[in-house]
Amino acid sequence: MTMRPPLTNLPILLEDVSFVVRDVTILDRIDLMLTPGAPTVVIGPNGAGKTTLLRLAMGLIRPTSGRVTWGGRTDAPADRRAIVFQRPVMLRRSAEANLRYALAAADVPSTEHESRVRELLALVGLASLGGRPARKLSGGEQQRLALARALAKDPQVLFLDEPTASLDPAATQSVEDLIRDVAARGIKVVMSTHDLGEARRLAGDVVLMHRGRIVETNNATAFFSNPKTSEASRFVTGQLLV
Amino acid sequence: MPENVSALQLVLAGDPALYAIVRLSLIVSLSAVLLAALVGLPFGAWLALSRFRGREGAIVILNALMGLPPVVVGLLVFLLLSRSGPLGSWGILFTPQAMIVAQTILIAPIIAALARQTIEDLWLEYRDELQAMNVGTLGSVVTLLWDGRFSLLTALLAGFGRAAAEVGAVIIVGGNIDGFTRTMTTAIALETSKGDLPLAIGLGMILIVIVVLVNAAAWGTRRFGERMAG
Ligand SMILES: Nc1ncnc2c1ncn2[C@@H]1O[C@H](COP(=O)(O)OP(=O)(O)OP(=O)(O)O)[C@@H](O)[C@H]1O
Ligand SMILES: [Mg+2]
Repeated sequence: MTMRPPLTNLPILLEDVSFVVRDVTILDRIDLMLTPGAPTVVIGPNGAGKTTLLRLAMGLIRPTSGRVTWGGRTDAPADRRAIVFQRPVMLRRSAEANLRYALAAADVPSTEHESRVRELLALVGLASLGGRPARKLSGGEQQRLALARALAKDPQVLFLDEPTASLDPAATQSVEDLIRDVAARGIKVVMSTHDLGEARRLAGDVVLMHRGRIVETNNATAFFSNPKTSEASRFVTGQLLV
Repeated sequence: MPENVSALQLVLAGDPALYAIVRLSLIVSLSAVLLAALVGLPFGAWLALSRFRGREGAIVILNALMGLPPVVVGLLVFLLLSRSGPLGSWGILFTPQAMIVAQTILIAPIIAALARQTIEDLWLEYRDELQAMNVGTLGSVVTLLWDGRFSLLTALLAGFGRAAAEVGAVIIVGGNIDGFTRTMTTAIALETSKGDLPLAIGLGMILIVIVVLVNAAAWGTRRFGERMAG
């Protein structure tokens, strides 16, 4: 691998961030710092605000109040941040063409497209399916293609919104292996899940959300062995947070 | 029915007068589709992606313009192009060009309105992904037009169907001049009133066959495209 430029996107800092839509407070005074290192896993029940938090940290939406900074800047360009949405949408083209599109959008010179496409398809285990229409791939295959597409940006930070939510165990395993692989290359992964097992398997840090608030942030070992809050200990022991 | 037989004979014998009329009709309507697409597709795309006050009203008006009565468009273009009108100096009244202008005005709203709907639906689906890939507005429009091309074909087809079938606008601005501005529809209207039913029926059959063929080709293209592109 070539030398990476300094991590201009990190740390990502959310300071007193609220997000309000028509009088409904979706995120309530969030403070969070995302630093280089092992994956940060955001957990919490449905509607807790995980997706909204990732979209804010990606820079797709702006906070109603408070501020978000990337490497100290509020206006850092998003060209080295990538996101895989909860339900990724593939363009109406082949799998390869989707990757070429993403490479072109990321200003990768077209002479490099073919080799990068091969590399990305191989990385996500789709080398033999490149010519297929992307939208006809299975859910698990589309999820991996979406991951490859996000990696086309050569991101410093990769947001993954419930990347394994609709996958069977084998597909989940392959996506989790990929996430480990990506993290090992020095890409900061910030992902959400409501699968506690997945959080245990992947997380360096855990952020527990509930009803638009961050209930607890901790490194994974401490979070699971010695939760600080009663919500966290209930969540960790598998009780329902409602 | 002797009339039907002689109509079929006209068609099969390749009657030159009849085929000149068919050719002019196709040239006029296809030119109008092309011009209306050049205006309507970008405008529809812009309206799909833009957010401004009064946008809803603009969409309602555009949708209403789909139902423009051809005779009213004909009258409007006639007034514009008549010698004392603002565009009288072009000197194109009662020429095929005038007919193309009138049909373009008639079908541009159809193409724009249908394109707006198609592109807006696709935009809602693609928007997050395109934004996440830092694709700008122009790039988004190009992507949406390309990925929506098979649905947009339907919009062009609706425009073509309308242009090929209308009489009111072309008869007013073209004048139905024999051998010069006579189209299938104006000829059918005239020949029927004159009582020359074989020619009218022959043209009617050709018109229907053309419309069916064009639709079949577009449908086939669309099915093929959907299979290939998903
Ligand atoms: N643009 C919006 N307008 C209105 N409500 C919204 C909007 N975005 C999010 N919400 C609401 O905010 C809450 C949090 O949504 P969010 O998608 O962030 O939750 P989540 O933790 O990702 O849930 P899930 O696990 O179901 O994906 C939900 O109740 C949702 O309905
Ligand atoms: Mg979510």
